[in-house]
Amino acid sequence: MVQKLDNLRESPSQTAGPYVHIGCTPNFTGIDIYGGDLGTSMKTGPVKGPEITITGIVYDGTGTPLRDAMIEIWQPDAAGLFPSANETRGTADPNFTGWGRSPGDMDTGEFRFETVKPGAVPWPDGQMQAPHITAWVVARGINIGLHTRIYFEDEAEVNSTDPILNRIEHQNRIPTLLAKKTGDGEYRFDIHLQGPHETIFFDI
Amino acid sequence: MNLVNTPPQTGGFVPRDRDWQPDALTPWYKTSVKRSPQAALLSFPTTLSEETSPVFGHGLLGKLDNDLILNYAKPGESAIGPRIIVHGRVLDEMGRGVPGALVEFWQANAGGRYRHKKESYQAALDPNFGGCGRTITGPDGSYEFRTVQPGPYPWPNGMNDWRPAHIHFSIFGHGFAQRLITQMYFEGDPHIALCPIVGVLKSQEAIDALTAPLDMHRTVPMDSRAFKFDIVLRGQRQTYFENRKEGM
Repeated sequence: MVQKLDNLRESPSQTAGPYVHIGCTPNFTGIDIYGGDLGTSMKTGPVKGPEITITGIVYDGTGTPLRDAMIEIWQPDAAGLFPSANETRGTADPNFTGWGRSPGDMDTGEFRFETVKPGAVPWPDGQMQAPHITAWVVARGINIGLHTRIYFEDEAEVNSTDPILNRIEHQNRIPTLLAKKTGDGEYRFDIHLQGPHETIFFDI
Repeated sequence: MNLVNTPPQTGGFVPRDRDWQPDALTPWYKTSVKRSPQAALLSFPTTLSEETSPVFGHGLLGKLDNDLILNYAKPGESAIGPRIIVHGRVLDEMGRGVPGALVEFWQANAGGRYRHKKESYQAALDPNFGGCGRTITGPDGSYEFRTVQPGPYPWPNGMNDWRPAHIHFSIFGHGFAQRLITQMYFEGDPHIALCPIVGVLKSQEAIDALTAPLDMHRTVPMDSRAFKFDIVLRGQRQTYFENRKEGM
């Protein structure tokens, strides 16, 4: 017998269930014990760079909006630096948290993030990726959190050289990853869990 | 603080084992049918976007955030139900403790009722129980909180499906790639074997990994029983030999 590897297995995921908001955005459900929900605001003061708003809805395979989802986003600041303990390339904007969490509107399911346009960050080989935001969706009926990215439709030039967007076999699905500009500093990013417009989700 | 000769944690994360994790489509859990992506997931190695994660400081926490018996109770009162302590460690796949991890938890009350306007189960609300709490892991990845043991409850799926007693967990690690939501079950609950949501797990080993044993060592005599629940997040490669140029 060879030696045994003593690695552990990742804890299996389970659905966030219908009441994820009780645990993650309790204030939103009327349980006011923390004095506010985490991730509601991504800015703690004046931020550097262009400020933008991203709104969207998560749709199921029938086109029905999810009203019990939770959406989180994670991104660098406008200079491409993450407000993270393991960011080694510099210091991110101290007034920017980089992380947002939205329970969606109780009636429409629409989520909304007020953030900054992210700067570019490098791919492991050093070439720059197109600016993007990580998005993560959990809800009742989703057994393991769905990971995707929000790129920007109005960054066509850098999108065309992005190492991930170029890796996608079905190029006609790329629009599912692009936030559409709907106004000055305003973007729309709908997420389709299934169906002809199914969003590209990542195994990462 | 890094010890001498400890390489920086700059490597990518170990890929998620999709043969171990539940599939998106599990028809016996009916809601998954129209909420499961059907195209293959796009796989690629982690980048800085997934190897970094938001920072949650201990300053965030209120004194009672990890005490569900008191954090929603009126002064001098407390939540009703079997008093328990839940404790464990947040580890990575290499067995290293994950310090500074934000752990959030939520649950039904002792009667199996959630404090939520969409909840329709007739069990009574407990005016002194909100049902959520949070904490941040210590230097060795350990955490604990106090609560009441939640009750099982019925839910609309099959004609007569009941959830085993469970506590939901949401965990942040050091990289967004580690982000995880899961549920903890209690040793000996006969509903575990019957539950369609537990049934998305692919093996008895996976079910066991989410089932907390009674831990008499941590039980407080005449006060609270204790259950142990360790959580494992994806591991980050740690090596001096990470060749980022060719390593993708």
